[in-house]
Amino acid sequence: MLIAGGLLAVFAIVGAGLVALTENATRERIEANERAFLLRSLNDVLPADAYDNDMFTDTIEVSDIELLGSSEPMLAYRARRDGKPVAVILNVVAPAGYSGPIRLVVGIGVDGSLTGVRVVAHRETPGLGDGIEAERSDWILGFDGRTLGDPPESRWAVKKDGGEFDQFTGATVTPRAIIKAVRNALVYFSAHRDRLLDGGPTAPVKAGNAAGDASPEAAPGADDNESS
Amino acid sequence: MTTTRDIAIEGLWKNNPGLVQLLGLCPLLAVTTSVVNALGLGLATMLVLSLSNLSVSLIRGWVRDEIRIPVFVMIIASLVTAVELAMNAWFHELYRVLGIFIPLIVTNCVIIGRAEAFASRNSPANALFDGLMMGTGFTLVLVVLGAIREVLGQGTLLAGADMMLGGDADLTIHLFGDGGGFLLALLPPGAFITLGLLVALKNVIDERMAAPRTAPAPAAEPAGQPG
Repeated sequence: MLIAGGLLAVFAIVGAGLVALTENATRERIEANERAFLLRSLNDVLPADAYDNDMFTDTIEVSDIELLGSSEPMLAYRARRDGKPVAVILNVVAPAGYSGPIRLVVGIGVDGSLTGVRVVAHRETPGLGDGIEAERSDWILGFDGRTLGDPPESRWAVKKDGGEFDQFTGATVTPRAIIKAVRNALVYFSAHRDRLLDGGPTAPVKAGNAAGDASPEAAPGADDNESS
Repeated sequence: MTTTRDIAIEGLWKNNPGLVQLLGLCPLLAVTTSVVNALGLGLATMLVLSLSNLSVSLIRGWVRDEIRIPVFVMIIASLVTAVELAMNAWFHELYRVLGIFIPLIVTNCVIIGRAEAFASRNSPANALFDGLMMGTGFTLVLVVLGAIREVLGQGTLLAGADMMLGGDADLTIHLFGDGGGFLLALLPPGAFITLGLLVALKNVIDERMAAPRTAPAPAAEPAGQPG
């Protein structure tokens, strides 16, 4: 009995050791990957030449279950050029997707117009709802340049509901959810414009590990990676 | 039953995990929407299966029966976590696509099944080879399923190969125009139907192979490989 227990403990230690070693060996690469991935999605909604600051260190935590779709604090990235605010990029959840929440990044310029919207994680039906991905169709680009007043509120909907935006054949729920989430993000922006844009750079959310890299860890990427 | 050739035939054909044992169907059906996804998960499973078979065989002498299962589970769980971290580090895009199905390799019954049924009773070399062959058999079924579903559903083949090879290697083969695929192939029912057809096909081939062997005189018996 005792021997069995001891053996079990030995295996537990060896197993945990193996995981710890691998974790140690891969941590830096994984962090770099997460950051690169995040930067790519940020640059999709706001071209890299539109700003000159390091958005990872210039973030603000926002949370609003009504408008941003999540009760957890979400990071918003502030883009500046020559120290002046250019845009803010919000992480937004569209809770009413056809197969669960859809995660988006929404870039909003100082003038309140959308610089871009991208889906970062979703579980919509392949072939029907996945037209929201920029790789599959141009649909998501239809938001570029839109504002709260363009189209007017009643037209912020799919065509089937009397709105301005296309739906997909066989999938109306998905675009509907996204249109609502994007509009909500704009509403949130107009209500909290000053807080989102101004204020000096906040402290990094969580300092990176001591591996010689001064940039902070890409925190929001980490909670995205479960869904795909 | 423990010669190298037998192990290979068992894993690849006679006792194929995907077509005969029908184990590990959850990832089998979920990720086979494209060849690259299927290959990625297949290779990850094969790696875990080979390593777990090897480890189980190495320790088979001093693990008592009553703690055998928890030990196997611990070995498999550690290996899967290590493989998951490695994939996150080196195949990040693919890791994002496969998502939850990498950690779920832990629950793939093929792995604990082989540990229990084969590795715990055979030499490390044989166990490793069995893991490789079972893994290859599983991967082949995944890839064939993925190829059929990708071609029918999206009209492409090897889309997203850059996720695995890195860089801008775009090997995508467009077989017919964009969009107009056969949607059912991509949905879960399509996976079941395709797998069912593959199983049926295998049975037909088996029957064909068996039939002539009983009919003609033994002199004509070919020594060639099946399949």
